[in-house]
Amino acid sequence: MGRKTIFFSNLREAGKPEQTETGKLMDWIANLLIPLIKSLILVIGLLVGFAYMTWAERKLCARFQLRYGPNRAGPFGLLQPVADAFKAIFKEEAIFGQVHSKVIYVIAPGISLAAALLAFAVVPVGPTINSFQVFGFQVPDISLHLAADVNIGVLYLFAIAGLGTYGIVLGGWSSNNKYSLLGALRTTAQLISYELPMGLAIVSVLLLSESLSLVKIVEKQAVLPFVVLQPVAALIYLICGLAETNRSPFDLPETENELVSGFATEYGGIKFAVFFMAEYINMIVVSAVTATLFLGGWQWPAFLADLHPLIAVGLFFVKTAFVLFLFVWIRASLPRVRYDKLMKFCWKFLFPLALVNLAVTAVVVALLPG
Amino acid sequence: MPIDYLPILILVIVALLFAALALLVPALLGPRKPTAIKFSTYESGKIPFGTTGRRFPVKYYLTAVLFILFDIEVIFLYPWAVVFKALKLFGLIEMGVFVLILLVGYFYVWRKGALEWD
Repeated sequence: MGRKTIFFSNLREAGKPEQTETGKLMDWIANLLIPLIKSLILVIGLLVGFAYMTWAERKLCARFQLRYGPNRAGPFGLLQPVADAFKAIFKEEAIFGQVHSKVIYVIAPGISLAAALLAFAVVPVGPTINSFQVFGFQVPDISLHLAADVNIGVLYLFAIAGLGTYGIVLGGWSSNNKYSLLGALRTTAQLISYELPMGLAIVSVLLLSESLSLVKIVEKQAVLPFVVLQPVAALIYLICGLAETNRSPFDLPETENELVSGFATEYGGIKFAVFFMAEYINMIVVSAVTATLFLGGWQWPAFLADLHPLIAVGLFFVKTAFVLFLFVWIRASLPRVRYDKLMKFCWKFLFPLALVNLAVTAVVVALLPG
Repeated sequence: MPIDYLPILILVIVALLFAALALLVPALLGPRKPTAIKFSTYESGKIPFGTTGRRFPVKYYLTAVLFILFDIEVIFLYPWAVVFKALKLFGLIEMGVFVLILLVGYFYVWRKGALEWD
């Protein structure tokens, strides 16, 4: 093994007996450096995704309402997110309002953002790109996942999704404003309620995949995406995804006209922007997970995915973009629901429906041989 | 293997650092022009009234309690679903009994009106 290869070698190859002291050192650097580079790419990628999601949403919503949308900053308004970012960064920063706890008030948006950024770690973006040569330099295998072999991927996603709630609750409580407090209470009740049908919908998928690893779930869908076998679960997951990301028609936490932005009433400048960022990144994550669990991820249709790893990655992004488009479409089409109906819909309809779907799936899987 | 989680630990550090930077840097860049009205509690441009130390509906508390109950049920289903094919019919009946017991509680809660919001 040459030094360069060792430098890029994966965790699993670490600690081979024939390696020298320098080799071991290089391995440790690689073990730390490669995830670090991947983490940075992931964070930057999600931020760019967030920026252009805001642009795409404004543009699409405008089209749905026969407007132009942003079209001044750059061609097609493509530089609008950059302008918005600069505006948010140079805003006055202070603690407005008579807050309960300054520390909690300041770190609450950070908790939301960090939790949103973490969730994407286990989502498989594409297959491993095999070793190839560029200018006589041997590029080793590139795995496109940050943490490829986490065998509890689904559980991890579920856990991280729960963490985001803390940012909203703490932010709403520490603001010391009655609107914020009400918004935070509503959000908590909504988020935890919709977690139940969401979890049950995923269990139906697990019955088919027999694994909690998202990579294995994707591999199971090479022939048929799970949306065909589990249409009800897919629908429940999508609805809960809308509710979990506070998206219209379930954007009760914000309700501009009654709670003046709910938990974010007392937030301004970059702190508000960070909450906003977390919400959009969560949306991207939910879309990516929907694409992975139900639409076959990068694996389906196999005849396209097998051509080249990059085409497979493209498939994954097309599916994610499609789900994101659905989010915007739903926002442009549906009015906000009333809070009591929102809770009733979850506890009295979605939860039993998910249970029935799970029972039917379990019976069918048990009776069908193989 | 625990070593598989090292990339996630690194991502945790990167994400926390980024979140801290995103909140810190603009605080240094922005202007500072404090006024008394700017720092009062928001109330649609009027003088604020009422405090946050008021009562709020017990419904939220009830929802949280019910959530804990049923979320644990869902979490129990995860490992069961993964090994379901190995457990065969035994697994199906066992989980059927477990879910049935919880369903009794669910319908009790429904009949008692704990799921109503009005």
